[in-house]
Amino acid sequence: MSPMPLLEITSLRTEFSTRQGLLPAVDDVSLRVQPGEILGLVGESGSGKSVTGFSILGLIDAPGKITQGSILFEGTELVGASDETLRQLRGDRLAMIFQDPMMTLNPVLRVDTQMIETIQAHRSMSSEQARARCREVLVQVGIASPDERLKQYPHQFSGGMRQRVAIAIALLLRPALIIADEPTTALDVTVQGQILFEMQRLTRETGTALIWITHDLAVVAGLAQRVAVMYAGRIVESGSVQQVLNTPLHPYTRGLLDSVPANSERGQRLHQIPGMTPSLVNRPKGCAFRNRCSYAQADCAIDPPVQHFEQEHMVRCVRPLTEVKR
Amino acid sequence: MSANAPLLDLRKVSKRFTTSPDLIERMAAKFGFAAAAQTVHAVDQVSFSIAAGEVIGLVGESGCGKSTLGRVIAGLHKATEGEVLFKGQPLRYSPGVRPAIQMIFQDPFASLNPRKRVGDAIVEAPIAHGLIAASQAKEQAAQLLEQVGLDASYVRRFPHQFSGGQRARIGIARALAVQPTLLVCDEAVAALDVSIQAQVLNLFMDLRERLSLTYLFISHDLGVVRHIADRVVVMYLGRVVEIGQTTELHEHPNHPYTQALLAEVPRLDRRNIDYTPIKGEIPSPLSPPTGCHFHPRCPHAKPVCAEQAPLLRELSNGHWSACHLNS
Repeated sequence: MSPMPLLEITSLRTEFSTRQGLLPAVDDVSLRVQPGEILGLVGESGSGKSVTGFSILGLIDAPGKITQGSILFEGTELVGASDETLRQLRGDRLAMIFQDPMMTLNPVLRVDTQMIETIQAHRSMSSEQARARCREVLVQVGIASPDERLKQYPHQFSGGMRQRVAIAIALLLRPALIIADEPTTALDVTVQGQILFEMQRLTRETGTALIWITHDLAVVAGLAQRVAVMYAGRIVESGSVQQVLNTPLHPYTRGLLDSVPANSERGQRLHQIPGMTPSLVNRPKGCAFRNRCSYAQADCAIDPPVQHFEQEHMVRCVRPLTEVKR
Repeated sequence: MSANAPLLDLRKVSKRFTTSPDLIERMAAKFGFAAAAQTVHAVDQVSFSIAAGEVIGLVGESGCGKSTLGRVIAGLHKATEGEVLFKGQPLRYSPGVRPAIQMIFQDPFASLNPRKRVGDAIVEAPIAHGLIAASQAKEQAAQLLEQVGLDASYVRRFPHQFSGGQRARIGIARALAVQPTLLVCDEAVAALDVSIQAQVLNLFMDLRERLSLTYLFISHDLGVVRHIADRVVVMYLGRVVEIGQTTELHEHPNHPYTQALLAEVPRLDRRNIDYTPIKGEIPSPLSPPTGCHFHPRCPHAKPVCAEQAPLLRELSNGHWSACHLNS
């Protein structure tokens, strides 16, 4: 029997009511994260990957609402939990890193004020002790001269440095799970490399689990142990990185992998997925990918069943690509 | 002009931006506390050429001057020093003359007037340049939309009615409207999802073949550049550090910066790797390091690197690198 997962999401549905109708941004999503595991949550814009992350932290505001499902974190049910319960968890056991570090940082407060505030909101600790902890994490995320940096304002940091500070704040109270929403997308390649390096080291050292939300399959390939691919609000495939990237079972995953320029012969036409992501408002029944799928047949108009293959390789497709080998 | 002259020739092109003193600084100057004007060397003595029909990838991280160089070539900025020669002649823009170089921007939404129908936006330039009569405008716009793979009936739509990929196509149609020879694509596919990016990259390659276009493809994404470019130019802090044929440069990168850049690119075939990043970040172009701009981050730096700026040297046929380690 596998150990109790750190996070277990079961049939989560998060809807937004819009003027055009109900928009199920996340629909029937089930996920498990084990302690210390790195899960890559991959999808294109509008696939619901960020909303899944926000749902876990209880950051869905009206007109959005979690209408179905459960999110169990360390045995606590987060769906419908009181604001006070969530407030105590956020920043302590659960932390989030956003794409734009300025979403985390207050531009008019010095970095030390913000970091000490985070600690003192959850622990009774003297300011000196808290400051010592702040210095420690800043060093951990690779910021040289932490004493001077602590006295500075966010605008005095470069983009990569700001993201490090945001990561440092997430790490302050040694959370069990960090949700990172495209934290390196806006950064340069060399800086992204540095941050991926730090995150990898930190999860190994501290045993923190990580959900890495990204559109970049290549980042996930290097960082994560397991990957879940989202399309139009649903997880269409999940499994270990090897399974999903070596033998993709869903035509969408396959299409995504083939669209990456590095995967095709130089100068040849790239494989392209025709069409674009459908609107989620009043989505018709059945597989959302069927209009773009070259394997689609009439039976794709029913909701595709979730099929399990060896070792938790899951696919949601009527006709998975079992026989096709890459 | 001789037959094998390059289409575009950059000769020691530099672009500097100087801050003009603000009110307080001017007052301080009156009392004898003159603050030195700050100068950004955005592009520093860049020379390379582009042959007709070639696709050049211009690669570098933010702040390396690749976009500024693109804008200088497209004529949006004037070079502070050096010459930009197009078919052997200095670039001159005058009304009524068909602009041979057009630019495609990263965010087509920002370059489209939200209150203008896309059909009108597309043919605005050719009408202004007197290339087509206003009576032909509608027909021309529809034709251009079809050329980039959009439905001709979209001419009456507004920019907000299009998705990101479609807007990218509109940006391309607008650039093609004046029948340019050279397209400067500044991060033209950076904002697109992978599956849409593949569609737009295919369109770029189709158009190149059909209209025999030449591209300067500016990107931070080495994967994209590797796929589409014939030659790659790598810039760091305003200077060109390496030029080479795409495959040669990817397989045998010479400059330590190019090596680092290639090593950091996440790749699908590398699983659970141990990242070994290079240190530091790009220094401010306001006060670039002395000598080789890369030396503070370079793992192989020698004393000479801090003193002298290395010159571009040819290593093998068409492969140039600016590094002291080669001498």
